[in-house]
Amino acid sequence: MVSMQEETFGYSPRALVITAPGINCDLELCDAFALAGATVETELLSRLARDPSRLDRVELIGLPGGFSYGDDIAAGRIMGQLIRQTIYPALAAAIERGVPMITPCNGFQIAVQAGLLPGPATGARWPERPAMPTVALTQNATARFNDIWTRVEIPRDTKCVWTRGLRFAAGTDLLPSAHGEGRLVADDETIESLRANGQVAVRYAEGDNFNGSLDRIAGICDPSGLVFGLMPHPERYTRWTQHPRWTRLPAAARQGFPPGLAMFRNAVAHVAAARV
Amino acid sequence: SLSADAKSRPNHEVSADGTVLVKNLLKSTVAASTHELMKEGIDWCLSVFIDNSGVVAFDDEHAVCFKCETHNRPSAIEPYGGAATGIGGCIRDVIGTGLGAKPIAATDVFCVAPPDVAEVPAGCLDPRRVLTQVVAGVRDYGNRMGIPTLNGAVWFDDAYVGNPLVYCGCIGLMPRWAVKGRVEKGDRIVALGGRTGRDGIHGATFSSAELTDKHADEFSHAVQIGNAITEKKLLDAVMALRDAEGGCLYRGITDCGAGGFSSAVGEMAREHGATVHLERAPTKYDGLSPTEVWISEAQERLVLAVPAENLERIAATCADHGVEWCELGEFGSAGGDLVLLWHGTEVGRLSDRFLHGAIPMPVREATWDPAWAAQSRATTRQPKFAAGGRFRLGGDPADMLKVLDELLGHPNLASKAWIIRQYDHEVQGGSVLKPLVGVDIPGSGGGPGDAAVIRPKAGSSRALAIANGLATGLAADPYVMAIAAIDECVRNLVCVGADPTRIAILDNFCWPSCKDPRNMGALVRAAEGCYDAAKAYRTPFISGKDSLNNQFVTESGRVIQIPPTLLISGFAPVERDDRAVSMDAKRSGTRLVAVGVTSGRLGGSHFSLVAGVSGAAAALPEPSLSAGPAAAAAVARAIAAGLVLSAHDCSDGGLLCAAAEMAFSGGLGLSLDLAALPVDGTPSLAARCFAEDPSRYLLEVAEESLPRLGEALGGVPFAVIGTFNADPALRLVDGAASAEVPVAALAARWSGGLSW
Repeated sequence: MVSMQEETFGYSPRALVITAPGINCDLELCDAFALAGATVETELLSRLARDPSRLDRVELIGLPGGFSYGDDIAAGRIMGQLIRQTIYPALAAAIERGVPMITPCNGFQIAVQAGLLPGPATGARWPERPAMPTVALTQNATARFNDIWTRVEIPRDTKCVWTRGLRFAAGTDLLPSAHGEGRLVADDETIESLRANGQVAVRYAEGDNFNGSLDRIAGICDPSGLVFGLMPHPERYTRWTQHPRWTRLPAAARQGFPPGLAMFRNAVAHVAAARV
Repeated sequence: SLSADAKSRPNHEVSADGTVLVKNLLKSTVAASTHELMKEGIDWCLSVFIDNSGVVAFDDEHAVCFKCETHNRPSAIEPYGGAATGIGGCIRDVIGTGLGAKPIAATDVFCVAPPDVAEVPAGCLDPRRVLTQVVAGVRDYGNRMGIPTLNGAVWFDDAYVGNPLVYCGCIGLMPRWAVKGRVEKGDRIVALGGRTGRDGIHGATFSSAELTDKHADEFSHAVQIGNAITEKKLLDAVMALRDAEGGCLYRGITDCGAGGFSSAVGEMAREHGATVHLERAPTKYDGLSPTEVWISEAQERLVLAVPAENLERIAATCADHGVEWCELGEFGSAGGDLVLLWHGTEVGRLSDRFLHGAIPMPVREATWDPAWAAQSRATTRQPKFAAGGRFRLGGDPADMLKVLDELLGHPNLASKAWIIRQYDHEVQGGSVLKPLVGVDIPGSGGGPGDAAVIRPKAGSSRALAIANGLATGLAADPYVMAIAAIDECVRNLVCVGADPTRIAILDNFCWPSCKDPRNMGALVRAAEGCYDAAKAYRTPFISGKDSLNNQFVTESGRVIQIPPTLLISGFAPVERDDRAVSMDAKRSGTRLVAVGVTSGRLGGSHFSLVAGVSGAAAALPEPSLSAGPAAAAAVARAIAAGLVLSAHDCSDGGLLCAAAEMAFSGGLGLSLDLAALPVDGTPSLAARCFAEDPSRYLLEVAEESLPRLGEALGGVPFAVIGTFNADPALRLVDGAASAEVPVAALAARWSGGLSW
C-alpha cells in the first residue's frame, strides 16, 4: 500500500498495479500513481487470478515493465497468455466501465500479447475471447538493448486519456526508454487505422526513432483512449532530477510537472472528472 | 623493509634483524583502520566485515549496504555465465545481509586484455569475446533483476589475457531494524529458491587455482549456471517475508555462495550448531550424493532461520511468488555440533570449535623489491609517439593536442556508452546523475560523469553517490597505487556533491600468486597504503574480498601474471538530490579552476603509454596523505557553498583530458593557459597537461564567485587556468605559442574509442 502523497483533484482514485515474476518496474509505477494523487495497491497476478473480482473495485490499472517470466518464448508472451486465461474478462469489464490502464515497456508487450491493444474496433464492445495480436514489438533496429532518452511528440488528434492535450517545452519533451524489443511493426492497414482513429498516443521525434518503429510510433491506445501502451517509461520521469540534463535546465524550465507525471495526472483527472 | 614505520603499525612485530611479522595482514591493515576510526568517533558504521556486505547509516530510518566481489575464474572460461553469476551472487549477498536488504544499484569493473593484444595463448579466449560476453552477462542478469548497473570502469592491459577480472558490486537499502539478525536454537533451516544440482561443484576451489591452457576442460563443472528470474522471484518473496504484517517471519538469512549449503548453514550454525537432512533439498535431477548436495554452488538459493510457527506463512508466500522452499533441518544439536544426515544416517559431524576457531594461519614470506616491481610492470608495447614510433613529439601546444586526441580515444578513457546503454541504469526510477551526463554527444549521449547519484527512497530527496577508484597504472608501487585509488574514489564522490565525512569504501584485491614473496610484498605494501589512506581520509572500509592467484601458465610454461590490481568502491550520501553537481561545463564566460598540485612525474600515466617517458619524468606521482584529504574537504566546502557550476576529477589522462571532457560534455569551447597552474618543481608542458598526480580537481566557477571560492578552498593551492566560451574549440596557450582543435572532434574521438 502506497499512501497518497498529494490530493490534487479532490478525489484519490484507487489504482491497482499488477505484478508477476520478473516484473521489476512496479515500485516506480506505484510512485507515479501516488504522486499523481491516486491511492495505490500492488497485487500478484497469481492472487488476482484466484479472485478477479478485485478488479471490479479499482479505478486505474497499471501493468509495469520488466521481464515477466523471463520473456521466455517471446517478450510478454507468457504473462499475456496467463492474462488471457485468467483476468482478461475482468480487465475488459473494467475498461468498459471507464477505467484507464497504463502499460509501459514489458507491460505494453504483455498487453499486445493479451489482446488488450490495439483493442476492438471503434464503438465495438470488447470481445469475450481475447483478440489475437495485430501489432508486434520486435527487436530494436539497433539489434541490442538500449537505455536512452529520446524526444517525443504527442499527436494532436490522439484519443489517449493519458497523453491528450499535453504539450511539453523544448528541452523537456523527452521520455526514457530501456528495452531490446520495442520496434513496433504491423501491416499497413493496422498502422493506417491506428493513425486514422487517433490511436497513436505518442511518437518518437524525427531523428530519435532509435528502435525503428513504423511511423515512429512509441505508444498506442485502444479506441476508447483508456488503455495506453508505450515502450518508454513515463513513470521514470516524474521529478525534474530524473531528466538526463537537469543540471543544465534553467530554473524556469523546471517549473510545472515533468511530462511523465503529467500523463499520470491526466488519467487521474479523467477519473476524478468522470466520477463527478 | 616493507615500510619504514612498521613499528607504529597495529600487529606489526619488528625483529632484531629488521624482519617484520604481521599477524593477519588484512585485519591488521584494512579492518584495523575501520575499527580505529570507529573508536575515534565515526558512529555511522552499523555492521562491518562480519556480514555478507558492509552496512552504514543512510538516514534515521534506513541503512545502506555495499558488497563487491570478483568472478574471475568462471569468466575466463565462460564469460557470459561467469559474469552473470558474479552479479547474481553479489546481489544475493545484499539480500542476505542482516535480515535482508533490497538491492538498489549495481556496479561493474572489468580488467581485460585489449583486442590487439600481442598473443592469445592456447586456452585463453579472444579478449574481445571476453569483454563482449562479460558485458552481456551483467546486462542480462542486472536488467532482468531490475537493478540499475550505474557505475564502473574498464581497464585494458595485455597481462589480463589469461585472467580477465570481473568485479561486480551491489548496493542495498534496508530498514535500520533489519541490520542484524539472530538465529535461535530450534529455528528451522529453510532453503529458498533454486534447486540444487551438480553445477558449481568446487567453484570455490577453482577460484583459487592457477589457470593453465587446460583449465577449460578441468574446471568446466565449476562454472555455475544462473537464472535471473529465479533470483528475482526469490528477492520478491524475501521482501514479502521480511515486511510481513506483524513482523519479519525469519530470524536470520544468508546466501548460498561459495561452498553452497556448507558455508551458508555452517556460518549460521555458529552459536547453536545444526542438524541437516540433506536428502530434503530439492534437486534438479536424481543421483546427487550427500556431498554434492552439501557443496553444490547451484545459484539463486538462500538459507533462512525460521521459527517453526512461521512455516505455514512462509509456504503461502512462496507459493504466491512461485518460489520453491524446503525445511532442511534445524539449528541446534546435541553439543552444538554441525551434524549432517542422509536419510537418517549420519554422514558428517564437525564441532563448532573446529569449524569456527581452528583455521590454520599460514605464514607467508614477503619481500619488497622496487627494482623488480618496476621491471615487472614495464610495458613492452612501443609507444606511438616515442622515438621510433609513428610520431615525433615536441613540446609545443600543437603536439599536446595530438596527444590529447590519442588519449581521449584510448579505451581506458573513451566513452563506455556501448556498455552503459546496454544496462538499464535507470530502473527503479531513482536516478539523479546518470553515468553519462551533459549534452547529447553523438554516439554516447553524454560525457563521463564522476559518480552516479540515486534517490533510493521514494518521497525522500536524500541521495546516494556511488563511485570507484582504480589506479592500476601505478602498480609498480602498490603503496602509492592504493592511496591513489582511494583518493580517486573520494574525488569522484566529492565532485558530485557527496559529503566527504560520510564516505565508506570497499577493497577488492586481485593479485598474481602470493606464493611468490615479491608479490606478497606488493600485497603488504598495498594493504599498508589502504590503512594509511583510510585513516587519513577518514573513509572506513566496510567490506572487502580478495583473489590472490591470478596468473596463467601457457602451453610452453610461460607465466603471465596480472598487474597487482586494487579496486576501491565507495559510496556517500548527498544531502539533497537537486544539489548534485555534474561534470559538464554549464555556461560560456565562466572560469576553469584547477585545485591541487601538478608535478613532473609521469610514471604510470596514460601519457607514458602513448609517448614513453624516461629519467626523472618516469617517477611515480607521490600522493600526500595531508594534501589529499584537505583538497577533498576544500572542494566539498566550495560545492556546498553553491560556488561550483561543474566539477570534474582530474585523473586518467591528466588535466588536459579532464578539461576537454568538461568542455565537450557541455558543448562549449575552452581557452586554457597552464602558466599559473600550482606545480611542484618545474614540470614540462607535457607534464602539466598529462601528469596523473592524485588529489587534483577541476571546477567551473563564475567570475563573480572567484573571491568566495578562494575563501572556501582555504589554504589549498588553486589557480584559474582557463575560460569556457561559446566558440566551440579547445585552445591551448603556452607563452607565445598556441594551438586549437574543435571540441566536436575531441568528442567524436572520445565517443568512438570503444564503440563496439
